[in-house]
Amino acid sequence: MQQKYYIFIGVLILALLAGIFAYPNYFDKSVDFLNSKLGWTLPHFPEKPYILGLDLQGGVSLVYQADLSAVADKSGAMSGLRDVIERRVNMFGVSEPVVQIQGQDRLAVELPGVTNVEQAIQMIGQTPYLEFDEQRTEAESKPILDKIKELQDAQTKGEDVTKIENWQLALENPYFKPTDLTGKYLTKAAVVFDPTTYKPQIQLQFNSEGDKIFADVTARNISKPLAIYLDGASIIDTNNDGKIDAQDLYAPIVQDKITGGKAVITGDISTQTANTIATRLNSGALPVKIGAPISQETVGPTLGSLSLQKSLAAGLYGLLAVVIFMVVIYRFPGVLASLALVIYVAITLAIFKLIPVTLTLAGIGGFILSIGMAVDANILIFARMKEEIKSGKNLSQAIDEGFKRAWPSIRDSNFNSLIVCAILFFVATSFIKGFAFTLALGIIASLFSAIFITRIFLMVFIGKWAEKVKWIL
Amino acid sequence: MQFNFTKYSIIYYIISGLLIVASIVSLSMFGLKFGIEFAGGSNMQVEFQNQRPSNEAIQKALASFNLGEITVQPTGANGTILQFRGVEEAVHQQILAELNKLSPASEKSFQYIGASVGQELRNKTELAIALALAAITLYIAFAFRKVSKPVSSWKYGIASLLALVHDILIPLGVFSILGKLYNVEITIPIIAALLTILGFSVHDTIVIFDRIRENILRRGMGQFEDTVNWSLTQTLGRSISTVLTVEIVLISLFFFGGQTLRYFALALIIGITSGAYSSIFIASPLLVSWYKWNARKGA
Repeated sequence: MQQKYYIFIGVLILALLAGIFAYPNYFDKSVDFLNSKLGWTLPHFPEKPYILGLDLQGGVSLVYQADLSAVADKSGAMSGLRDVIERRVNMFGVSEPVVQIQGQDRLAVELPGVTNVEQAIQMIGQTPYLEFDEQRTEAESKPILDKIKELQDAQTKGEDVTKIENWQLALENPYFKPTDLTGKYLTKAAVVFDPTTYKPQIQLQFNSEGDKIFADVTARNISKPLAIYLDGASIIDTNNDGKIDAQDLYAPIVQDKITGGKAVITGDISTQTANTIATRLNSGALPVKIGAPISQETVGPTLGSLSLQKSLAAGLYGLLAVVIFMVVIYRFPGVLASLALVIYVAITLAIFKLIPVTLTLAGIGGFILSIGMAVDANILIFARMKEEIKSGKNLSQAIDEGFKRAWPSIRDSNFNSLIVCAILFFVATSFIKGFAFTLALGIIASLFSAIFITRIFLMVFIGKWAEKVKWIL
Repeated sequence: MQFNFTKYSIIYYIISGLLIVASIVSLSMFGLKFGIEFAGGSNMQVEFQNQRPSNEAIQKALASFNLGEITVQPTGANGTILQFRGVEEAVHQQILAELNKLSPASEKSFQYIGASVGQELRNKTELAIALALAAITLYIAFAFRKVSKPVSSWKYGIASLLALVHDILIPLGVFSILGKLYNVEITIPIIAALLTILGFSVHDTIVIFDRIRENILRRGMGQFEDTVNWSLTQTLGRSISTVLTVEIVLISLFFFGGQTLRYFALALIIGITSGAYSSIFIASPLLVSWYKWNARKGA
């Protein structure tokens, strides 16, 4: 068998895989059908969802401007802020939030599916609060634990817990209580390495006021833990379950009374964890204020899914119309080009899933546009082929010439579009970035489909027989 | 068969000239109506459960919030789009509550853009358009560097730049009229469309110039005008097909693609049509006119 047939089969397999990956429903349904009829246990195709932008799935997108005027280490302060906000958003229970630093002092927060915007904004806008808590005595713990138990019992019986006397007590932390030591007395935290063991340590520096408080607190807590909380929750995820909750507790043991305002936290921690703790301590020490968002976009879930359906329907009609046009005008090569176009759509969608590309309405618009543009290279080649046939060349010569002579203009024009995409990508906002990125991907994939795939198809399908029925070309 | 495209160049120039002048007049008279992403402010889309209250009733209900100028625009069966100055989230919630008092309503979307963000976006957009124009011109001058005779390569760049300015000005003119008549705004998708027009309409120009380049190499430098006409004739079928396939997709997007993509598609339809026209009837004839003018000057 000739080499071209191997390549052809390879293209078909690639197209099939891309198609199933892009839209696995039919494949999975057939697998289910076979499994139920024949008792097989074939697996479903590996599923990977499309990532939809907020405009398509609904949610809130917020942009904040941080006030860095009082901060020396601006980029450190911004990453600290990003970390704090991300922590809060995660605790708020948002699935797949995005918190990104934009430029020097902007923070973009995307919360998919959130409907309670007011609460979210309030939560994000709060100034970080760092506190050092000491252990309660057993006598102090007992009433709180009892109250919690009482409330739980009441709840299982279905009683109104707020009727119970002094119920708020149950909200308090039963094991630790706040001291006077808070983030405002902390000047700086840094990771240093023990000169002999090379283990990472966290160095704390308090201001003069904090020095006295810290001396008092350490004096009365020798050999006891001192818990560190940020925004009312443990500063890090100590049990490594991926979330910060009441099960986590970061509480170094006080070795001795510390005076002079300097302290070192030792312990068996990784450098990464030490860095996280230091960053968070700093974000509580020098809180960066962000105030109200400077821009906000909220899209209701129904509007998003409606936009998605409509744009997809428009894309499908457009694709069909292009296929009809190509077949009518360019006949048999048009059929092959349409096939290549469908493969192009499958490959591009598969790439969107694979990377993954966040699909926004503009991105889908760019993709649909690229369907119309993708056949441009084919049209150039076919038009050239027709000319060559007219000038008396035989078919295989005409195909070769068509590709060869159309190539410079295909190269120049597509390269130009890629330049425009690159400019858009580096200059413009995130919305246009999405558009430019999908368009650029589309251009590259379309070059592959129009030149490589169509050529293989033409080589495989057009042989001697076509000389007799030239009208189909 | 060969069409004589350049014979009537003067008429094409006049048509384009009139359209450009009309666009400039409209732009300077009406200006562009920028969406809040450029101008700053709030945009709120609500859907009333029952019949939509009248615009006056809505205006009256919101009068106490001191929202500056409130634009109320009905959309869909029972929906309304409101635009007013930028407000905080708390005020936004109060406005929603007030509308609910008027008639039960649910919020579809809300957008707030601070004034500084809007200004920044405008600057960035202007920079992007300027950079794109410069890059395209340079690229064409570079790609056609081998054909310096009888018309030097930078003239190809300038001719396509003029065609591009034409393709951008006409959609902008149309949108300034639409903005005046129907409150159609220049939003980010429209800007994306304009930039795509730049990339796409230069495709046509490149294909034609490329054919001119090839024909000059083949037929020699004599009869430049004839070579241009021959190249235009050869590429005409392809130009029409390419534009049609893109227009088909865009028309589908215009009719079925939903509200947000409608004007995006419209901008592209206008721009790409004008791009097809300018590639054939402006860019290449300009080369010929320039060549003739130089020849006359030299003689």
